[in-house]
Amino acid sequence: MQALTFKRGVHPPDGKALSAEQPIQVVLPKENSELFYPMSQHIGAPCEPLVAIGDHVKVGQKIAESPAFLSSPIFASVSGEVVDIRPMLVPGGTMVKSIVVKNDGKMEEIEGLNQGRDYTTMTNDEILAAIKGAGVVGLGGAGFPTHVKLNPPKDNPIDYILINAAECEPYLTCDYRLMVEEPERIIKGLQIMLKLHPNAKGVIGIEENKPKAIEIMTKACEGIDNIVVQPLVTKFPQGSEKHLISAITKREVKSGALPASAGCIVDNVDTVVAIERAICKGRPLMRRIVTVSGQGIKNPGNYKIRIGMTLRDLVDAIGGFKEDNPPVKLIAGGPMMGPSLYTLDVASVKTTSGLLCFTKEEAYIPEEKNCIRCGKCVDHCPMGLMPFLLNACALKGDGEAFVAHHGLDCIECGSCSYECPAKRHLAQSIRAVKKVEAGKKAAAAAAARAKAEAEAKAKAEKN
Amino acid sequence: MANFVVSGTPHVRSKESIQSIMRDVIIALVPASVMGIYFFGVRALMIIVAAVASAVFFEWLYQKIMKKPVTINDLSAVVTGLLLAMNLPVATPIWVPIVGSAFAIIIAKQLFGGLGQNFINPALAGRAFLVASYPTEMTSWTSAGNFGADAVAVATPLAQLKGGVIPDASFTDVLVGNIGGCIGETCAVALIIGGIYLIAKHVISWKVPVIYIATVFVLTAAIGRNGLRVPTYELFTGGLMLGAFFMATDYASSPVTAKGQVIFALGCGLITTLIRIFGGYPEGVSYSILIMNLCVPLIERFTEPTIFGALPKVKEAKKA
Repeated sequence: MQALTFKRGVHPPDGKALSAEQPIQVVLPKENSELFYPMSQHIGAPCEPLVAIGDHVKVGQKIAESPAFLSSPIFASVSGEVVDIRPMLVPGGTMVKSIVVKNDGKMEEIEGLNQGRDYTTMTNDEILAAIKGAGVVGLGGAGFPTHVKLNPPKDNPIDYILINAAECEPYLTCDYRLMVEEPERIIKGLQIMLKLHPNAKGVIGIEENKPKAIEIMTKACEGIDNIVVQPLVTKFPQGSEKHLISAITKREVKSGALPASAGCIVDNVDTVVAIERAICKGRPLMRRIVTVSGQGIKNPGNYKIRIGMTLRDLVDAIGGFKEDNPPVKLIAGGPMMGPSLYTLDVASVKTTSGLLCFTKEEAYIPEEKNCIRCGKCVDHCPMGLMPFLLNACALKGDGEAFVAHHGLDCIECGSCSYECPAKRHLAQSIRAVKKVEAGKKAAAAAAARAKAEAEAKAKAEKN
Repeated sequence: MANFVVSGTPHVRSKESIQSIMRDVIIALVPASVMGIYFFGVRALMIIVAAVASAVFFEWLYQKIMKKPVTINDLSAVVTGLLLAMNLPVATPIWVPIVGSAFAIIIAKQLFGGLGQNFINPALAGRAFLVASYPTEMTSWTSAGNFGADAVAVATPLAQLKGGVIPDASFTDVLVGNIGGCIGETCAVALIIGGIYLIAKHVISWKVPVIYIATVFVLTAAIGRNGLRVPTYELFTGGLMLGAFFMATDYASSPVTAKGQVIFALGCGLITTLIRIFGGYPEGVSYSILIMNLCVPLIERFTEPTIFGALPKVKEAKKA
């Protein structure tokens, strides 16, 4: 099959060789180590703790949830005592209220765990409830609650369920390993999703730099007529939701709209495995695969960790940093979009896909020079924006012009900064102004809503 | 291991830099420079050296006086000086390239904010200043290969066309550059090789040079001048190749948008033809590019790319 792709984008060196052929290894938290469960690991309302300090929790116990529709519960991934509830640093750089559990090392499981069910006998509502009840969110990075994604508004019929296996971020190999090692679970998870949307076609999109994954997945879906594997051109950001949809279906998700508006649901490989585990194995989301890579780590590889472990515990468990060439920069996720960390004392969360340990050479930050208007940022921006212009707006503090030039449509993929020969911090400046302007927009919308409500109320009182 | 570096994304950057781009432009100009020196003699080399050295010097001087970081190692001043030398006749006095470089670097480039901020091409601005101020020194053409005591004043092929006669140079001479003209503009083959190198290295897009040259070809073939329709001479003599590949593609003074580049190149081609046929000068490349430079902000305003997701496009995929 011919490989498909989207317009523009960049080709950073992929760096995947470091960890691609390392099989997934299980890393269990050490006895007496502390695990942190931040109350917000997803898009939507934060959870509230269901346990108190001093409580004993077991593996698989729901320890926090929220009554809001757009939210996702959180589960203990070890057994032990709740020793504290306090703010903890998460990879995004913020402090989030977290339940601290001291691991007693017994891995005692709560009753009722491992009650796998046959999805073919379940109703759609039961499946959605089970997915919500298992705390499954998008594990590719955004953390959008999966049960909400799988239940789009009725006026958006779903034609495609796309499995995002592009893994376009350099260095990351966790999705690749899952495809090579557990293809049948991915297919099973996708079949569960397809049961919810029987008219949809399942497409697994994989970049061409993973021929083995393409081969194995193609074999795994042989004989299943509503699932195909689609090779994709190796290009960043191929795994961006909008660009994956564009490549495979030739549909464009409109500015500000969700994929469902284009008849598509997109989920990451690990998310699909999480769905399969939730339904068929009866296990909530407690683990994930993390790629630890970079020249500064002794044993780069792919590790199945218990969510809640600190990254320090993870690094210690796998042999630590290289002594002769220690990392100077830590990145949570891939090098194009992952935030850098100033410490390893960070809780791993549902969306932690990677930890990169960059040495001095890898972490080199070039000096920013004058924009020479070469237009390479414009040529490569996957959203068709003019990053150099948005950068100028950002530096001038001209938020109005920033919005007028579609700054809010930026997906922050960093392709512009990657290409820029003047090494300007394009994505960084755009991201900063985007936050401010998006906040203003939300505030204006809220004010307009409040005004409309007040008017409606006044009108009602008048009558 | 206490202090980790924290920075905004992305954490990987391409290897390309301003310096590497400028180096590629210099490499691309090497064939034309060598041919210029071959045909016009060692004096051509002296003019090139004077222009380049003074351009670098004036950039350094300005930045020192203004207490700004010195950026001469980005090689952009070298490119400006080299391009200016390419645009000078070999018989010009040695102070001419120095004055031209001063104007190009200080007035056209640095006073507007330095690299990337100049709204017109600095080398062409320098040349235009020289042509306006010292017309005699700037238009004393000598035949190729004859510089020295027996230098012969010749008319350039374009001047002959202007006068209504078919140029006496053979087409082979025109291609290799064995004709009268500026140091770097006569060897069309060398310039095309340099241009192809820049396109292959993704330094410039093919759009501007190809559309510019094609426009001149079509218009001169259609209109002709003095009843002569010899578009091949129009293309390969004069400054068209140099202008199309190296001047009109200047980043700072040409549009960044793909559509804008098309309009810009069409405009350059049109104005070049109009000046050649209806204007007072035999050649119109420099002025056409300078005029189009001034239109760039306007062109860009109307050619902003359509963003992803701007229009509802729901088409059924052919294959998925």
